[in-house]
Amino acid sequence: MDVVLETRGLTRTFGRVVAADDVNVQIRSGERVGLVGPNGAGKTTFLNLITGYVRPNRGRILYRGTDITGLPPRAITRMGIVRSFQIPQLYPGLTVLENLLLAIAARSGRGLDFWGPLGREHAVAEAMELLGAFQLADYAWRPVGELPEGGRKLLDVAMALALRPTVLLMDEPTSGVSTQDKFGVMEVLMEVLGRAGVTTLFVEHDMEVVYRYAERVLVFHNGRVVADGDPQALFADAQIRRAVLGWE
Amino acid sequence: METALIILTDGLVYASWLFLISAGLTLIYGVLRILNLAHGSLYALGAYAAASVVLLYFDRGLWPMGSYLALLGAALLVGAVAGPLIERGLLQWIYGRDPVYQLLATYALFLILEDLMKLVWGVNPYYAYKPYGLLGIIRLGGIPYPGYSFLLLGVALLAGGSLCFFIRGTRIGRLVVAMIHDPEISAAMGVNVPRVSLLTFTLGAVLAALGGAFTAPMISVVPGLSVEVIVLAFAVVVIGGLGSLEGSAVGALLVGLVRSLMVHRIPELELFAIYLVMAMVLLLRPRGLFGMEEVRRV
Amino acid sequence: MKLRRFGGLILIAGMAGLGLLLPGWSRFLLTLALARGLLVLGVALLMQAGLVSFGQGLFFAAGAYAVGFAARDLGIRDAGLGVALGAGAGLGIAALTGPLLARYRGIFFAMLTLAFSMILYGILVKAYRITGGTDGLRIPPPTFLGWSLPEEHLGSGLYLFTLACTAVMVFLIFRYLRSPLGYTVRAIRDNEVRVEYLGLSVSRALYITVLLVGAMGGLGGALSAMSVGHVDPNLAYWTTSGEFVFVALLGGTGNVFAPLAGSIVFEFLRTYAYKYIPYTWQMGLGLVMLAIVGFAPGGLWSLYELIARRMSGWTWSWKRGV
Repeated sequence: MDVVLETRGLTRTFGRVVAADDVNVQIRSGERVGLVGPNGAGKTTFLNLITGYVRPNRGRILYRGTDITGLPPRAITRMGIVRSFQIPQLYPGLTVLENLLLAIAARSGRGLDFWGPLGREHAVAEAMELLGAFQLADYAWRPVGELPEGGRKLLDVAMALALRPTVLLMDEPTSGVSTQDKFGVMEVLMEVLGRAGVTTLFVEHDMEVVYRYAERVLVFHNGRVVADGDPQALFADAQIRRAVLGWE
Repeated sequence: METALIILTDGLVYASWLFLISAGLTLIYGVLRILNLAHGSLYALGAYAAASVVLLYFDRGLWPMGSYLALLGAALLVGAVAGPLIERGLLQWIYGRDPVYQLLATYALFLILEDLMKLVWGVNPYYAYKPYGLLGIIRLGGIPYPGYSFLLLGVALLAGGSLCFFIRGTRIGRLVVAMIHDPEISAAMGVNVPRVSLLTFTLGAVLAALGGAFTAPMISVVPGLSVEVIVLAFAVVVIGGLGSLEGSAVGALLVGLVRSLMVHRIPELELFAIYLVMAMVLLLRPRGLFGMEEVRRV
Repeated sequence: MKLRRFGGLILIAGMAGLGLLLPGWSRFLLTLALARGLLVLGVALLMQAGLVSFGQGLFFAAGAYAVGFAARDLGIRDAGLGVALGAGAGLGIAALTGPLLARYRGIFFAMLTLAFSMILYGILVKAYRITGGTDGLRIPPPTFLGWSLPEEHLGSGLYLFTLACTAVMVFLIFRYLRSPLGYTVRAIRDNEVRVEYLGLSVSRALYITVLLVGAMGGLGGALSAMSVGHVDPNLAYWTTSGEFVFVALLGGTGNVFAPLAGSIVFEFLRTYAYKYIPYTWQMGLGLVMLAIVGFAPGGLWSLYELIARRMSGWTWSWKRGV
């Protein structure tokens, strides 16, 4: 399998805090990678660096062989690397459907068109399908504010999916989703992503989710990747469990 | 060489005036985070009050040199009365609201004050030039220069100095600065925010009125003073950095000198010299020379 | 949509009839209100992006003086050409200042627009040989496709022409608001970062919006100039811009008609207030503004919507459906 995403010597400091410390990672196409580690370990910074929200002090990021270091988020999104957020980033002034339609329009290159309507028939159909998959169809015409917390999270992920990513970075996709729904959501997500061959990286604190859906796990600690491999093997290692994951 | 001296002096005098009209504005913004569009009206109030006081004063035939104290008194009176009235009566209801609405509320205040002044003082001009004439002419390198201009310079320096002392030397002053830098933490640490807000706005009002009061003897006091002043004050505040007193001093100096240069060398550009400087600052260093805010989005 | 289109035509026809029936002075006010309404609409559009423009006078004056120069230096008096030139002037200035403006937010955006408009004011005053200085320029009565209207019909002619131009603009803005760009711009106000993360350029979206607002402003300025018959530098002064902002808030910024309705209300209010309470009309305006800020931040239109909603559980908001 090809390496679709690679970081070399990625480093980023904020004052005296080293958020990313010489991170060298190779992600292969289609992989499902869980990013774990205690709070402040640098997982979100890693996502920020890859998506161009933050510039590294040192190091490079390569996407399909092309150097994308320093590119702004919108360029990186257009290239196919899409991200969803830990705290849902939605448009409260628009309806649920409109949020999604905007994402679809952006993907189709129509984001700055000022002539046609936002929701062409097939776009609306696609949006409704996506909403249906996440069981949000009932909320389509309602303002975003009416969504329950878990629903907001799902909409955020749905918007990322609507962009038809090649690589999807999810920041805590199941936080805020009720326990009974978690696995249902992940099943749907993973199935959709698997069928489309999307490479998926997700930051997660829920180890069960990681265990079940990640083929590979990167353990972050103090900005470094201290472990990289099979979730079963990693979680069996007592040292990692205690020191990094805080388990006994 | 004489012209250089004149340009410098002109610049300094104009800078003094600019500082007086902008210091209050930047202080109010820094602490209360409100851009007070009625600031010019407070200036005008000071001017009108000063004019009335001066006319009254000379009617009584009191000691002429004391008229300057009368000017000061008028400014203090206006600030001490209008300040709390406005802060408690209007501003306290709009803290923390959408900045657009804050802007509009102060704009409404400006409109109201304009007509209020028309009602009280009428539309005819007031001339209170006696304090101006008293200081006669001073020869500056052979060129006659009005003595009053130096008084203005003095007043600005005094005001600046007092502010400096107030901020560094007194406890309340330091609280004010703390609030400028971080209002949330200040509140969390027990600073009496409403009291500091009231004090700050009053201080800002006094400064504005001071500018108006000491300008009154130099001009004919008519309706419409506020309109011109507010825009100039804004420009200086933006240049110096919103919320920074040093900024408005340096900004005033910069604009004063640039304008003076224009007036003497390229008169056509004089009118919008200040806006050009402001636009340049906004383009090159948007938060101003000493500003602290985040300004742009990528 | 068909019903709406029909409704729109009826509205236009109604306005046309109304205008022709009104006495001269009221019709003149209505004409002016519509022309200035285009600038208020511009303010409203930018407000939807979360930006307050305190410099609409820039486009207003640009459009107005374009007509003035065209008449004086090129002998052009055709109304259609005049508004085209006006819109072009507004567009040109927007194109120049847009890239800068699109990078700023909040107060700094407002201040920059103010600075630009005051710079234009300064130029208009100082370059008196070209611009006529504070005296301004006279605008001769416009012609329509070569025809000169007799004086008693000129007012009506201008009114209908202004109405037509306004209607066209309203239609365009209607389409704009339902287009992806319109939504993007509103999304920018809500969450700028997410818009970038969708792969869209916020600066570009804002720039295009500024272009639209500029062209519309220039158009309004040209129409106003032709009706008033005179232009002067005050069109670019910050108090003129402030008025546009006030009216935008008076009417509400939620849809296309609110700013225009607000402009009409304001124009009549102002005229009669000035006539009856010349020394206190500003104060009255200020008090009204405070009332709106305090009790109806969405403007008069939101009050209207509130009432309509109460009455029939149905709103006229354009946001309904897609």
